[in-house]
Amino acid sequence: MMGHPYKFEVEKLDAYFGARKVLSNINMKIRDKAVTAIIGPSGCGKTTLLRCLNRMHEIIPGARVHGKVLFNGVNIYDDEIDPVTIRRKIGMVFQKPNPFPMMSIYDNVAIGLKLNGVRERKKLDSAVERALKMANLWDEVKNDLQRSGASLSGGQQQRLCIARALAVEPEAILMDEPCSALDPIATEKIESLIRNLAEEYAVIIVTHNMQQAARVSDFTAFLYLGELIEYGSTRELFENPKNPLTEKYITGRFG
Amino acid sequence: MRGSEMYHYRMRRLVDDLMRVLVWLALVVALIPLFSILGEVFSKGVPHLNVDVLISPMPTVGEQGGGIGNAIQGTLITIFLASIMGVPLGVLSGILLSEYGEFKLSSAVRFFNDVLSGFPSIVIGIFSYTVIVTSIGFSVMAAAFALAIIMVPIITRTTEEALKIVPLTVREAALALGIPRWKTLIYIVIRGAKRGIVTGILLAIARVAGESAPILITMGYWRWWFSGLNKPVANLALNIYLFAISPFDNWRNLAWVSALTLTAMILIINVFLRIFTKEKYI
Repeated sequence: MMGHPYKFEVEKLDAYFGARKVLSNINMKIRDKAVTAIIGPSGCGKTTLLRCLNRMHEIIPGARVHGKVLFNGVNIYDDEIDPVTIRRKIGMVFQKPNPFPMMSIYDNVAIGLKLNGVRERKKLDSAVERALKMANLWDEVKNDLQRSGASLSGGQQQRLCIARALAVEPEAILMDEPCSALDPIATEKIESLIRNLAEEYAVIIVTHNMQQAARVSDFTAFLYLGELIEYGSTRELFENPKNPLTEKYITGRFG
Repeated sequence: MRGSEMYHYRMRRLVDDLMRVLVWLALVVALIPLFSILGEVFSKGVPHLNVDVLISPMPTVGEQGGGIGNAIQGTLITIFLASIMGVPLGVLSGILLSEYGEFKLSSAVRFFNDVLSGFPSIVIGIFSYTVIVTSIGFSVMAAAFALAIIMVPIITRTTEEALKIVPLTVREAALALGIPRWKTLIYIVIRGAKRGIVTGILLAIARVAGESAPILITMGYWRWWFSGLNKPVANLALNIYLFAISPFDNWRNLAWVSALTLTAMILIINVFLRIFTKEKYI
């Protein structure tokens, strides 16, 4: 039995950069084993919302959060919660592929485990293989795992970053416009990968691209000027938007 | 092509060729002093270079032969001691300035660091004199202390610059993996900046290896082998000064050998560290 039907429950969340409020009163419940897309025009707070889910927002000087984010029913902003353990459980993939410099493909994937105390070679080997397979990169790199991670193509680098996030066995994956720096073919690969990941994880993806949201997600949230305007099943939101703002945005009348 | 186009094209070619010649000329002019010094040092030094010279201590007045063995030993010990003090201090300050944005005095530290790197080295020598020489006397410690102070601002600066080149996105990726900040810093950021940091250390070592003014003030005269941190050691740069102005032929020859050895040493340090820091990955 599932103790919590929702992986994340965001309650009355406000986020600030210094005095500037960038998110206001966000309430949303995010399902496990599904893809949830966050869409909205530039500067609406999509990325900030995503980064509030694994406490990455606060690493920027002056950034603050009010409200709650429940992860498996536990508020990650409670005083006794260590942000480091939260980030270990919630993987993140960034807009631009960012493999670690001066590191092999193998080390890029293994480093999260290594620095969390896993030393056994066999365990690392199998974790690297598993993660690269899940990220659909294994076949392309298995013969040359000692090559530099930076020597891969952009699309491969992004899949390497996904493998890196998967290797530490997170419970949810956050993706911040993971395809915006990639060509259509690489994008397609990442999108089908996202669908596969949703069989095991809660995947939350921020995207600029509405077609992408429609293609890959089960649920979609539309954000505008720091407020959650509409949130529901992707089909419902795209075919029958309830809020006129949502309709205007998805039909391309502003953005 | 029309006549005017042809004219412009020819003019452009002419200017291009002219600039090319000027650039090459500038390069040659810049290299002339370098090679003439190297040539002089080699031609005057090599004839007197042999194993004996490299392993014997300095001669006394009237003594034939003798060598620079103790000066080589002393220079290496001095650089080593200076590095032990200066490298950690410089690298850690660089890390503080680059990584700890919450440190309020950063800009003040950076400013004084820059001032310090422009300080005349003889003033730093006087500082070491008042702090160390007045308490334990002329010694390798006093000289190494002065050299360490010269090293710190160079290393701080280059370390800070090298760390700043590591993109924020890489740090974020590490933090998002649940890697604590200190491990991110040591295993990801510093690893990424290793080459730049080592280059800074190398620059600093090469700079102080040939320093003579602060040594002159703090080291004192010593023509024997190393015999304790509170005693002076011989020094190659100082050798050049002492021997070159001496009236004895064999001493003046040793000055050339010292110059040659010092040059070669700096070259070898560079090559060694290059090999050591050779990267498998970009």
